[in-house]
Amino acid sequence: MDYATFLQILDTTVRLATPLLLACLAGLYSERAGVFDIGLEGKMLMAAMTSAAVAALTGSVWVGLAAGILGALLFALVHGLASITFRGNQLISGVALNFVASGITVLIAQDLFGQGGRTPPLSGGARFNAISLPFVDSLSVVPILGPMYREVISGHTFLVYVAAALVPATWWLLYRTRFGLRLRAVGENPASVDTAGVSVIRLRFTAVLITGVLCGLAGAYMSTGLQAGFGREMTAGRGYIALAALIFAKWRPWQALGATMLFGFFQALALRPDVIAKTGLSIPVPALDALPYILTVVVLAGIVGKAIPPRAGGEPYVKER
Amino acid sequence: MMQKLPTWADVVLVPLISLLLAAFVSALVLLAIGQSPSEALKVMVEGALVSPYGWGYTLYYATSFIFTGLAVTIAYHAGLFNIGAEGQAQLGGLGVALVCLALPWPHWTLALPAAMVGAALFGAAWAAIPAYLQAKRGSHIVITTIMFNYIASALLIYILVEVLRPDGQMDPASARFPAGTKLPTLHEIPGLSLIFTKQVPANVTLFIALAACVVIWAILWRTRLGYEIRAFGKSEAAARYAGISPVKVTMIAMLISGALAGLMAINNVMGESERLLQNASEGAGFIGIAVALMGRNHPLGVLLAALLFGFLYQGGAELGLWTSIPIELRTVVQGLVILFTGALDQMVRMMLGVVFRTRRPQAA
Repeated sequence: MDYATFLQILDTTVRLATPLLLACLAGLYSERAGVFDIGLEGKMLMAAMTSAAVAALTGSVWVGLAAGILGALLFALVHGLASITFRGNQLISGVALNFVASGITVLIAQDLFGQGGRTPPLSGGARFNAISLPFVDSLSVVPILGPMYREVISGHTFLVYVAAALVPATWWLLYRTRFGLRLRAVGENPASVDTAGVSVIRLRFTAVLITGVLCGLAGAYMSTGLQAGFGREMTAGRGYIALAALIFAKWRPWQALGATMLFGFFQALALRPDVIAKTGLSIPVPALDALPYILTVVVLAGIVGKAIPPRAGGEPYVKER
Repeated sequence: MMQKLPTWADVVLVPLISLLLAAFVSALVLLAIGQSPSEALKVMVEGALVSPYGWGYTLYYATSFIFTGLAVTIAYHAGLFNIGAEGQAQLGGLGVALVCLALPWPHWTLALPAAMVGAALFGAAWAAIPAYLQAKRGSHIVITTIMFNYIASALLIYILVEVLRPDGQMDPASARFPAGTKLPTLHEIPGLSLIFTKQVPANVTLFIALAACVVIWAILWRTRLGYEIRAFGKSEAAARYAGISPVKVTMIAMLISGALAGLMAINNVMGESERLLQNASEGAGFIGIAVALMGRNHPLGVLLAALLFGFLYQGGAELGLWTSIPIELRTVVQGLVILFTGALDQMVRMMLGVVFRTRRPQAA
């Protein structure tokens, strides 16, 4: 594999890792607050549809982005209602919302556009376009790093850079602010937070809504950045890969970046069978597809370090009376 | 605050009201996209319940859902949420295909038991790894079974494309099974052929599914093992104190669960498509979740809920054929049923509690 091909694959890695990263960080907030969310997939799908549909109707990707966030927030709200207010089973709620999203996105898109559950292809101002970072041309002459800067770092869409910025932001919020301390505490020991006079319900709802916003970004990126329009089931299990990455990262933001980059790299490699063939190894494409899931099981099995979820995760909080 | 409802209300009213709520929200969705809910219901009932031909499809779907519903049920009684029935059903299909293609079977009565063993073994094997990891390493079974669903689908794509696909065939599918493995459909069974005058996909597997309901009921409520499973599901600490081995119960409950999900494949792979296709289970494993929740995790309830979802599936297909309502409506209804019966059940109970509280003073 020559350097140019390597850079191409890295570039694809960044593109494909972005929705995983956004969804993974989304899940991080909710699960750190003690609310399991296997409904990342559904929220992403919903956001992908609403953002592409509204972008197609208004011609503005920014209005589309707002609609995507609203679509995902709606689902996050139902999840919060079921798992916080009514203390229902968080896992079942997530599964249910994934099914609802899978069906309802097609129903709405079909009703709006009549194109078999797809939105019309987006172009121009209705989708995010590549941003060229400063000094790309002048730095190109620098060996190794110059082309790397031009091919891999520069030339992505707005939401890719937002996702990258959210990693340190999330770290700072979680570990350097009072809100973050409380958020982590409510996922480990909600009774102690309650004793300190802080509302468990409000904290958890805040976390679940942040999850909704980030899933909204992830979904909007899928249909208006990565691709130009919505298609049925377009998230194709990315919500679950993000969940796998979250476990792989042991619910920590920087590690989430690493895990999603790794899984994005597998996806990018799976798109280039020619490159794999050239290495002389015969790795079947399905094996690459399955690799994130297999790695997650390995981590869950405690073979490579133990993944211990937030202790109060999945448990509805009942105030003592 | 948590007033107890009478048992009959909890068993009958809670699922019924959940179903009504799901139907109500679905109707709102239909209205929102400019369709008529009553017209949709009419098409569904006519397509799925009026003619024997429609029933032939409804019962075919219901057969698959009974298996996956029972699979989720038995795991649920052990306190395990098996989302992996889909992957286990896919592997069951592989087991059926390997058995059916292995020998030139002379008659289906010989092929069926062998295929059942293949289906159950492969399904159970696929459940065994998550079960072991849960029992021994404490890895959360929900996450591992989700992962195993994806690994199963990748594995099947590989096997269908690289191993089982006959030379010269384009689509990723196995060769056709020998004629001796063909299961009689309801149209070909003497007596029933008077009702089912046309060829229908529902086949003898239906009777195996009904038998499975009885067997699972007997295991859960009439054997020591069933007692251990239910005790473990209710309270792990109490069960452990009573000398019940958590490893044993987790493993056995999940193996039975996987075997049941795998057995579904004799209905769709052996009974209907007669070769192994990609994604043969078509989401039936996930519908098992809805069926088990709707059926209150009792085999009789599972049977009724499976019929309901059989109707929903056949009716939904008819909607896709005859109206402009997309077939995906059934996924929405499925999700809503899971939501109301499994996650918002507390809300339904609170609503019912209000009714029962206001009724009681009048009765006294």
